Parts: sequence; structure tokens; C-alpha cells
Amino acid sequence: MPLSIDAYTLSDQMERVKIVKEARQFHEIDGLAIEAKGLVKMFGKHRAVDGVDLAIRKGTVYGFLGPNGAGKTTTIRMLATLVKPDAGSARIFGHDLSEEGDAIRSRISMTGQYASIDEDLTGMENLVMMARLMGYGRKEAKMRAKELLGAFGLEEAAKRQVKNYSGGMRRRIDIAASIVVTPDLLFLDEPTTGLDPRSRNQVWDIIRALVGSGTTVLLTTQYLDEADQLADRIAVINHGKIIAEGTSGELKASVGRGTLNIQLIDAADQVRAAHILEQKLSVPVHFTAESTLLTAQLDDPRLVAEALGDLAQEGIATSDFSFGRPSLDEVFLTLTGHAAGEETQSEEGTS
Amino acid sequence: MTDILENGSRTKEIQLRDSISSTRRPKPPSALASTLTFATRALLRIKHVPEQMFDVTVFPIIFLLMFTYLFGGAIAGSTAEYLQFLLPGILVMTVSQITMYTGIDLNNDIRKGIFDRFRTLPIWLPSALIGALLVDVVRYTIASVIMIGLGFALGFRPEGGMLGILGAIVLILVFSFSFSWIWTAVGLVVRSEKSLMMISFMVLFPLTFVSNVFVDPKTLPTWLESFVEVNPISVLATAVRGAMHGTVTSWQVMWVIIVSIIMTAIFAPITIYLYRNKK
Repeated sequence: MPLSIDAYTLSDQMERVKIVKEARQFHEIDGLAIEAKGLVKMFGKHRAVDGVDLAIRKGTVYGFLGPNGAGKTTTIRMLATLVKPDAGSARIFGHDLSEEGDAIRSRISMTGQYASIDEDLTGMENLVMMARLMGYGRKEAKMRAKELLGAFGLEEAAKRQVKNYSGGMRRRIDIAASIVVTPDLLFLDEPTTGLDPRSRNQVWDIIRALVGSGTTVLLTTQYLDEADQLADRIAVINHGKIIAEGTSGELKASVGRGTLNIQLIDAADQVRAAHILEQKLSVPVHFTAESTLLTAQLDDPRLVAEALGDLAQEGIATSDFSFGRPSLDEVFLTLTGHAAGEETQSEEGTS
Repeated sequence: MTDILENGSRTKEIQLRDSISSTRRPKPPSALASTLTFATRALLRIKHVPEQMFDVTVFPIIFLLMFTYLFGGAIAGSTAEYLQFLLPGILVMTVSQITMYTGIDLNNDIRKGIFDRFRTLPIWLPSALIGALLVDVVRYTIASVIMIGLGFALGFRPEGGMLGILGAIVLILVFSFSFSWIWTAVGLVVRSEKSLMMISFMVLFPLTFVSNVFVDPKTLPTWLESFVEVNPISVLATAVRGAMHGTVTSWQVMWVIIVSIIMTAIFAPITIYLYRNKK
């Protein structure tokens, strides 16, 4: 990430988001929404999910990040009582996954990867049906459906069949159907895949509002950006295993420190410049004979400005410099050996 | 319309928050309430996709006309006479064949993902299937009424009277409701609508043709005759024919009920099991 005005505002924003998140966590009553140990799911000989452990705190957003076929969907389906694990155990709000399915189902809701609503029915009819199935009376069901359609900006589409909805509207009606009764735990399987940026932002707003009202959200995504924006904690999943877990900051820090690149105007200054930088930053500075580029790995960005000042004082001219933390993209690439969203060879079975 | 959630529209934001933070959690619906909700869904689907009624309206008409005029002269000497024998049988055949659409609907639900949503609801799960089957029974009734109506126009004159016809329809509905469970079970196992179609044709064609729907089994070779005798379609066709013409015996009716109970007892639990444990 180059050091520019944009970068500053972006990191400022991220800092603010972090502060809000931390404040929220502080107010949460401690406790786990999901606790899983050694979850395994086989599809034939293929281990789609291969020993997943989870501890997800109430009231947080937890992100599963991984390529297609990594086992994200299968894990979610197991936790939502849709698929029986072949090994391992899990508790959802303290309820045992294999024995208290009904108790779990009354507190969760799931929005699948594909619109899990009846596309032949209208938006209104879908929501009324869901409300009725959640136990609302006929009249209340209608009122609740209307309220949700209004809140999700779909009142004008209420009487249209869902198959005529745009991608973003479909996603919203789908989520609306999931929160007819606000669930304590909401599973969202790739909530924004295939959406344009604007619809994606709308879905993000909805997710933030949900978490604000106390719902725990477990979402899967292929987009690092999404995990970065929404998730309090992220699990990177590949080949059915969690290969890294933590906050986005922790994940970034685990992979590498920030990289400083300084481009000199005159190659003759190389040795002298490297010496000055090493003294200031107390880390090794690398350079090659063929280029005017100096690079260094460092933790503390505050020293960068001083180091640059020192160079200027010594009369060493620089043409360009950049300093940035590794992006989640780099984290992902380092951890898995391939970019996010790229297909792995394995298949995810029926899901 | 889509920009409602952005542009800093405060009222919308408040509305969104309000709708989400409603903490009301009603008691889960009763089995009856959820069954009726699923039945309502099936009715709404008929309203929105009326072409799905082709199988219970156009099909029966084509079948009846085709077989009456194709076979009438050759088999019974005249179409009017053959119609008296054929109509009850072709009614049984048509309704038995359209039972497979129950499986197709379920299979579509699974592939579209709404199935997953239903399964994560705190409801009595079989209500999803029973609600749909109840509306299918309405569809079977429509098919029956259309065929019998057309039959009358063509010269069908049953001797069992109105009561006989009603009794015959009830037998068909009981049988078809039970028969549908086979297709819901198959619909849960097969991967696609296509394979379900293939399987159902493989089962339904021999079952409906190698029966007493079109011909008197006495004209058949002995080995085939014995199959025709035990074929559940024949069992139903015999009882329906008897009811319409006023010659039905209580044993014939009993057999239909026994066959129906056996089919339901085997395939309803299998369907529910598969529904609950589908991957």
C-alpha cells in the first residue's frame, strides 16, 4: 500500500472501525456462540472438512475465508444442522449439535449461497410464508413482511415474483427471509458473491445493523476485502483445514512486517544511504547493484519519516518511496500458495 | 428504489434497525399451521405458474381422446363400448403418472436451496411434504373431473351413478397420495430432474401399460397375466371400474386401501428420513 493521502484516510478509517468493534466486544457478555472440536466431513474418500476447531464469541462477525472447494460451505452446513459431521463435535449456544437440533434450529438462521427462497412467489408472499413458518399469526405475518420489505428497500417490488428481482434485491429478500425472527446466530454463505459494489455495500450495512443488535454472524467469503471490512475474526480455510486464525491485523502481522521501498536518484549514493537507514531503523537494508532501490522490513512506521529526513539532510535525493503493511491478499497468497477465489483442485461435493 | 439503504437516508437506517431489533420470538407453529402454510405455498405456485396445470388438464384430455379412438375399434369393436371399459382405467393411469411431479417439485426445491431453509426452521418437518401433497390431491381431483366430464361428452355412461363416481375418485386420491411418497423418496435421492424423469418413466410405463387398464388380462400369456393381477395399478383400476359401473366388491376396495397403506408405510418414513438427513 503506497503511502498517500488515500492510504492515510483508509488506515484511519480502519482504525476507527477497529475502535468501534473493540468497544462493542467490551460490552458483550462473554460467551461462545459456536464451539467446535475436530469437525470432519467426508465426501467419499475426499475429506471436505478435515478437523475444524472453532470458538466464536457471541455478538461478533466471524469470517471464513478461502477459495472455492475449501470446505467453507460444508462447515457452515454442519453447524446449521443440515449435514451430520462424520467426526468431531460442536455446541451452538451450549446446545449439542448432534442431540439438540431443534433447540439449535430455533435460534439460528441460514442464508445459503443461492437464493433460498421461492422464486416463483412474490417477495411479499415469501416473507409471509416465512413469518407463518416461524409461528406468526396470519395478520402479524403480513405486518412483519411489510415492515421488512420497507426496511430492506423492497416495498415497490413486494408484488413482483422474486425471479424478476436483480441480484442485489434477491440477496436482500433472502436475508430478510432469514431474519423474520431476528436469529441469535446467522449463517451467511457468500452473501455478496456476484453483487455489484453498491449492492454489496447495502448487504454490508444490513450485516452491520444485525451485529449491532446482538446477532452473531458467521459468513463465508472469497473476498479478502469483505473479511477485512466486516469480520472481527477470520479463519483462513484451505483443503478443509483452518490454516490461520485471528483478527485481520493479526493475520497480516503473522505473515510479514511492513515493507519500506526507497528509490534513489543516484545509484552512487546506495551504500551511504543504506548505512544511514540501517542506523536509524536498526534493521538490515537490502539493495542490488543493478538498481537504485533500497528495501527494508520493519515494524514501526513512525521511524520512516525520520529516516527520510536523515537522507535529505545528507543530501541524498530520493525519487520515490512507499511503505505498507502486507494486504490480506498477500497473507492469503503466503498461507495457501494461491490467490483467494482461485479454484483448488478438490470439489466440494454436493454443496 | 435500490438506493434506499445508502445516501445517508436516516429514516431508512432507523427503519432497518427497528426491523432487526424486534426481539419478538413467537412460539413455533403447530403441525397443522405449518402444513397449511406449505399448502398455501403450493397453491400460490399454481397461481404464478399456471402452466404447471398442463399435466392435469391437457394431458388427460389428450390421453383419453388418443386411446379411445386409437384402440376403441380394434379392441372392443366400437369406441363407445370401449370407453365404458377404458375411462376408469385411463383415469387411473393418468393420475398415477402425474404423481411423479410431486417428486420433481421437491427435487427442484433441493437444487434451488429453499429446501435448506425449510430444514433449518423449527417446524414439524413432514409438514413441508404433506402440505405439498395435499395440494397435489387437489390437482388429481381436477384431472379426474376433467377426464370424467370429457368422458360423459364422448358417451361414457357408468351404471354406478354419482355415488359410484365419487367413490372411484376417492379411491384414486387415496392411492395417488400414497403413491406420491415413492416419488418424494426418489426425488430426494436423484441428482437432477432429468434422472427423476427417467426413473419414473422406467417404473410408470411398464406399471401402467402392463395392467388391466387397456385390455382384459385373460387375453395375455399366463406369466404376464399373473404380473398384471398383482400390479397395484390393476388393483386400483379394477376397484375404480367396479365403483363406476356399480359392481365393486368390498374386497376390491380393501385391496386398494391395503396397497395404499403398504406404500405409505414404506415410502413415507423413507422420505422423511432422507429429508432430515439429506447432505
